[in-house]
Amino acid sequence: MSRLDLDTVLSWVPEGSRVLDLGCGDGAFLARLSEERGAVGVGVDIDPANLVTAVSRGLDVIQEDINDGLHCVIANRFDVVILAHALQELTHPHIALQRMVDIADEAIVSFPNFGHWSCRLHLGVKGRMPMSRVMPRHWYDTPNIHFCTVTDFDALCSALHIDIIDRATIAGPAQHFLGRWFPNLFATSAIYRIRRSGG
Amino acid sequence: MAVNLSDGSVGLVTPQVAHFDEPFTFSSGAVLRSHELVYETYGQLNNAGDNAVLICHALSGSHHAAGYHSQDDRRPGWWDLAIGPGKPIDTDRLYVVCSNNLGCCDGSSGPNTINPATSEPWGGAFPQPQVKDWVRSQKRLAEHLNIPRWAAVIGGSLGGMQALQWAVDFPDWVEHCIALAAAPGLTAQNIAFNEIARHAILSDPDWCQGDYLAQGKLPTRGVALARMVGHLTYMSADGMSDRFGRELREGSFAPSDNSEWVFQVESYLRHQGARFSTQFDANTYVLMTRALDLFDLAAEYKNDLVAALSVAKANFLIASFSSDWRFPPQRSIEIRDALLAAGKPVTYANIDTDNGHDGFLLPNPTYQALLSAWMCRVGPA
Repeated sequence: MSRLDLDTVLSWVPEGSRVLDLGCGDGAFLARLSEERGAVGVGVDIDPANLVTAVSRGLDVIQEDINDGLHCVIANRFDVVILAHALQELTHPHIALQRMVDIADEAIVSFPNFGHWSCRLHLGVKGRMPMSRVMPRHWYDTPNIHFCTVTDFDALCSALHIDIIDRATIAGPAQHFLGRWFPNLFATSAIYRIRRSGG
Repeated sequence: MAVNLSDGSVGLVTPQVAHFDEPFTFSSGAVLRSHELVYETYGQLNNAGDNAVLICHALSGSHHAAGYHSQDDRRPGWWDLAIGPGKPIDTDRLYVVCSNNLGCCDGSSGPNTINPATSEPWGGAFPQPQVKDWVRSQKRLAEHLNIPRWAAVIGGSLGGMQALQWAVDFPDWVEHCIALAAAPGLTAQNIAFNEIARHAILSDPDWCQGDYLAQGKLPTRGVALARMVGHLTYMSADGMSDRFGRELREGSFAPSDNSEWVFQVESYLRHQGARFSTQFDANTYVLMTRALDLFDLAAEYKNDLVAALSVAKANFLIASFSSDWRFPPQRSIEIRDALLAAGKPVTYANIDTDNGHDGFLLPNPTYQALLSAWMCRVGPA
C-alpha cells in the first residue's frame, strides 16, 4: 500500500482512538498511528515473522486468521477498525465487512480497483487476467481471490446496509482529477470510511 | 565433563532456603505452623526493585530453572533455554526468582520433608495445595526478598496458571504476565489423564497409603507408569513419529525372529518413567495433579473468566503451541478472548511446532524471538 493511501487512512483516525488493524503486517503503520495520532492499537496478523517484528515495536498483536471470523474481538471495543489492502484476500469479504462495522464505530477499508482502465484493457483487448505492478501475480497463484471494482464495493455497502462516510481514490499523477470524477475507471485503489447504517 | 558456562549461561548457581515462622493457611483451611521455600535467583535486584521477574514452575519442575549446580552437572535448569545473559529473560537486566512450590519435593516443605509435629516425613498427611496457595506463598517469598512488585510473572503449563492467578489475585503486584501453553481450567479429559496417573501410583503395593517413606519403601512402579502416561500427553503424534517412528531398539521384524521386541518409543517411555520414579516424590505427584484439577481461574467470579481477568492490571503475553493436545491452542484462545473482552492489553501467538505441550520448554526460533521481543518491554527501560 502506498504512502499516499496510508496518509489518507491516518487522517481519518481521530486522535487517541482505539484502533484494530486487521492484517497489520509488521506493525509499521500501527506504530505510526500510535506516534502521530496517539492511537492505542491492536494488530491482527497471521504471519509469525510479522508478529515478532510488530511485538518488537512494542505493539500488541493477535496471531489470527481474519477469515476465521474475528470472534476474538468483542463489539464496540474499538473506535476504528482498519483493513488495508487485504479485502481481496479474504474468503468471505462481505462477512468480514459486516463484522468490521459491528465491532467498531467506524471502519476504514482500502482495496485495489479492478475496474481501472488498465485492468479492463488487459481483459478486454488481451483477453487475459490483468497483471501489473500492483497486481504482480498470476491468477492461479495469488492471494487476491476476491477482486472488486469501486462500483462493486458501493453496491456491496448498499446491500449490507453500510453507510459510506467518506471515500478517497488514488490515481496516477496524470489522472488525478479523472480519478476523482470517474473513480471506477481511473482510480488504481480506493479507500473507504464506512459505518453501520444508522450508526 | 565440565559444564559449558560460557555464553548465555547464568553459570553455577546455589539454591537458597527461606524459612517462614508465620503460619501458612491453605485454601482448604489446613495450616502449616512454619515452612520453608527453596529458591534460586539469577541477576541482581536493582535499587528501585522494578526489575524482578518470577518464574513459576510446572508439574515436574523445580526452583532450578537455569544454570548448573556443579561443574559435573549433566544438564542445566529446566528453562535454561529462556533464562540467562542475553537470553529472552535477560539476567543482565532482570532479577529472576524461581521457587520450588509448597508441597513439592525438591526442598520446599512438602510430603518428603519432616513434619515438625511428628518428626516423621509428612507423607500423605501434607495438606493439598492449590494454585492460589502457591501464589500467596510466592508473595511471602517476594516480601522476604524485599521485592515490591513483579515486573513480570512468567510460567508455562501449570506455571502459566500460577502467572494468571497472580495477575488476578494481586493485580498491583504484576506488571506483565506471560502464560504459555496454559488453560483457564482443566477439561474432563485433562482430569481423566491425571486420575490415571494417580490411580497408577495408588495401585502400587509400595504406596502404603502415602506412608511409604516411613515404611522404607518407594512406589516406583506406580510413579513410573504415571510419568509414562503424563509424558505421552506432552508429545504430539507427529513429533513422536518423527522421533521414534516404528524403529526397533531390540529384536527384528524378520519372520523367524521370536525375540522380545522393544520399540524405540517403548524404550524411551520406560527410561523416562524409570528415571522419574526415583527422583520424584509420589505424594507430590498426587498433590500436583490434584492442584491442576482444582485450578479454575473463574471460580471466584461466578465462572465468568472475563470478570476474573477484568481485575488484572498486567500486560499479557499468551502463547500456545500448535501441536499441544494437553492444553491445546483453543484453551489459550479462551484466555486471550477473555482478556480482549476485558479490554486488557494482550499479545497472542500460536507457535507452529511438532513439540506438543513440551513446546514451551524446547528450542524454536519463532518462539524464542517472540519471547525476546516481548520481554524488551519488561523492567526498567
